[in-house]
Amino acid sequence: MKKLGSIFKWAYLALTLVFLYAPIAVLIIFSFTDSRTMSKWNGFTLTAYREMLNDSALMDALKVTLVVAIVSAVAATIIGTTAAIGINSMKRRRRLLVENISQLPMINPDLVTGISLMMLFSFIGLSSRLGYLRLILAHTAFNIPYVMFSVLPKLRQSSNLLYEAAMDLGCRPTQALWKVVLPDIMPGVISGFIMAFTLSIDDFVISWFVADGVQNLSIYIYGLAKRGISTKINAFSALMFVVVVTLLLIVNIRSMRQEKLDAAQRKKVAKNG
Amino acid sequence: MKRNVLAYPYIAVWLPIFVVVPMLFIAYYAFFDNGQFTLEFVKSLREPMYWNVILRSAWLAVRATLICILIGFPVAYMLSKMKKSAATLLSIFYILPMWMNALLRTYAWKVLLADGGIVSVILEFFGIHGVSLLYTEGAVLLGTVYNFLPFMIMPIYTTLMKLDKSYIEAASDLGANGFQTFIKVVLPLAKPGIVSGITMVLVPSMSTFAISKLLGGANHALLGDLIEQKFLLSSTGYGMGSILSLILLVLVLISTAIMRRVEKDNGEAEGGMLW
Amino acid sequence: MKRIVAILLTLVMLAASLSFLTACGDNSKTLYVLNWGDYIDPDLIKQFEQQTGYKINYTTLTSNEEMLIKLRSPDCIYDLCFPSDYVIEKLIAEDMLAEINKDNIPNLKNIDERFIEISNQFDPGNKYSVPYMWGTVGIVYNKEMVDEPVDSWNALWDEKYAGQVLMYNSMRDSIGITLIKLGYDINTRNADQVAEARDELIAQKNIRKGFFDDAIKDDMIGNQGALAVVYSGDAMLCIDEEEGNPNLEYVVPKEGSNVWFDNIIIPKTSSKQAMAEEFINFLCDAEVAKQNTEYIGYSTPNKAALELMDESWTENPVYNPPQDVLDRCTIFHDLGDFLSVFEEAWNKVYFEN
Repeated sequence: MKKLGSIFKWAYLALTLVFLYAPIAVLIIFSFTDSRTMSKWNGFTLTAYREMLNDSALMDALKVTLVVAIVSAVAATIIGTTAAIGINSMKRRRRLLVENISQLPMINPDLVTGISLMMLFSFIGLSSRLGYLRLILAHTAFNIPYVMFSVLPKLRQSSNLLYEAAMDLGCRPTQALWKVVLPDIMPGVISGFIMAFTLSIDDFVISWFVADGVQNLSIYIYGLAKRGISTKINAFSALMFVVVVTLLLIVNIRSMRQEKLDAAQRKKVAKNG
Repeated sequence: MKRNVLAYPYIAVWLPIFVVVPMLFIAYYAFFDNGQFTLEFVKSLREPMYWNVILRSAWLAVRATLICILIGFPVAYMLSKMKKSAATLLSIFYILPMWMNALLRTYAWKVLLADGGIVSVILEFFGIHGVSLLYTEGAVLLGTVYNFLPFMIMPIYTTLMKLDKSYIEAASDLGANGFQTFIKVVLPLAKPGIVSGITMVLVPSMSTFAISKLLGGANHALLGDLIEQKFLLSSTGYGMGSILSLILLVLVLISTAIMRRVEKDNGEAEGGMLW
Repeated sequence: MKRIVAILLTLVMLAASLSFLTACGDNSKTLYVLNWGDYIDPDLIKQFEQQTGYKINYTTLTSNEEMLIKLRSPDCIYDLCFPSDYVIEKLIAEDMLAEINKDNIPNLKNIDERFIEISNQFDPGNKYSVPYMWGTVGIVYNKEMVDEPVDSWNALWDEKYAGQVLMYNSMRDSIGITLIKLGYDINTRNADQVAEARDELIAQKNIRKGFFDDAIKDDMIGNQGALAVVYSGDAMLCIDEEEGNPNLEYVVPKEGSNVWFDNIIIPKTSSKQAMAEEFINFLCDAEVAKQNTEYIGYSTPNKAALELMDESWTENPVYNPPQDVLDRCTIFHDLGDFLSVFEEAWNKVYFEN
């Protein structure tokens, strides 16, 4: 019975992953041909990879994307988490008000957010020559609600008693927050960070409106659509994908090993004790 | 120190500058035309077409959200019961596809769903012939679910991580069957996560626009498309687009208010469950 | 794990501060260009940079409308832009363009008189813009999927091809060709005619597969439709031997069609007009224009360049259409306030179903 359940479980996970990765597979397959569209297979070749490496605009765009995604995700995680901790301890009425207002960047269509932020930046006189700064601020702005809504449920789950107990045991408030509350909500913080990073990488519309003279990957790729997105972009994505997966696996194998070691250690301690 | 102090910089500085002021710009355009106060744009809302589009979008967003819960909850639950390191890795794999460019992903879906594409071949294998998949409402729904599924899985997964095996064991020791355990132990624990997931899926999917164009052939144009056209094409400025954005805002706030009420009603029960 | 994160973060912060520094560097030699993606041969940009010592900052856009919003912004930083005809007319009306100093552009003589004349229709006196690329709007059809050669817009309404017709997702183009089909002017200011066109498009609902953006050519190449409304430049890709589909054919219908231009303009806000003119002059050079048009595949208005090109281009009626095709095509004009009538019609077609 248990075995059946486990088979079912893995089959289900596999199925959902097939759903998520089917388009990615298509994308990677087409990186091995040389074409301007994904509707025609022009025979196996690696020219797309060579073209990709020669495309300096693409490499510049990658740099912009990574810098903006990481900086804005870190900023959004810090601001969003602190704010969420504060908001969560407010009175219900006020809490709901702030939560509702915080939601706005999520509700607005990207286009509206983009145009209104563009207006804001020229209103407060943040020069359009500072394209990088504008991009980072805008991305932070639309990322914050995602971090908040990822952290808030963990906070709601985390008991107040924990914080108070830490204080009773002589912790200063900052210590209590840092050593007790934060570890407790950490999974929410991490998933908030990952989501913020993802959204930032993926964003086109908002970036296009706020940034001048700086382009990230999506601005570059959407721009190509007029004349056909050539498979060099597929090659680029495929390569990026492989790099990310490899990195993830390396980091994770290390932490899996660590986990095993810890478990063994604990067993030993238990035995000796 | 009270913890709510932590929210003050955010409330006093960030929110006004980056959220409220931009929104005021939009509100301004909704009610002012060339510096003159006007109700012209509000009056245009009598046009039933707008409400049809809004209803259509809401209905699509609701279905997409439900499907995301149905697919995503079991995933999150299974992840939460795995070893932590394995679960972390797998959970990242659920969001990783979104790191590939959205336009490329959608083009790839077009390859899959095209007439004679892989999906139709599979369907034919099961004896389903001659269905056009691309440029239908189903394709738009699929694209929406695809793009938002990770945002449902992540928050539910992180809240379920707290689910200790001992809870479930305790419940079954006390004579609860699997279903009862699920309803009374697992679900309440996951509720904050589900609520966050709904917020992060329902709310943005109300206003998506590229998907309905690329996968729906604009045959099922949504509110996001409408607002986009009003902003980009309109010769009368941003007014109509702005008023429609405000309507969207009000609708979403109302639905969140309802959701919060539901959450609160069950909130007491949840406390009782855990203690 | 923690150490890795820390190292990563430090690296990123370093990269970020470096990019800020470079961004704040000397801007006086940088030209900011806003253009469609892949709409210039990148080697030419390098060549220009080497020749002059200037730096080109190239940003891409996806639609004329988005570009308008950017150009209207009070702190627009762009020095050069490549909008389409009716947009230029609008920009001129809004007094947003700088008058081009033709003394700085001796290569202007390379541009075909015919196109200067057409350009004159939306930019009177050719004061503000220089033709960059041009083309027609027509039908790409799949010979295997249609019974007889297509030569009329009526084919897009033919019941035989129900579910096989791909329309272009653009208000002006879709309503425009419908007006031509009905025998009206594409720049009509007669509300009844626009209403008629609207009803015609609504009646097409079950024949049309949908309205499509750039992906329309992918669909045609991938045999996902029998007929599609396409720009001649994109048709070049559809019928291309290597990239395209051998069954596809391009035709400019006999009733007439739209001829379009993408011209180079300098926004009034630009402070580097002379530099921008230098770049325009460079692009109008015969050799440069030849290399550029061969890279892009869109038709060049540069006569001197055309003379340098071989027959595979010049004899290709899609790339270089005969005069009689050009004669039956009309340019789009900015419709001013009447545009709202078009918009209302388009909204009905697009959103009411």
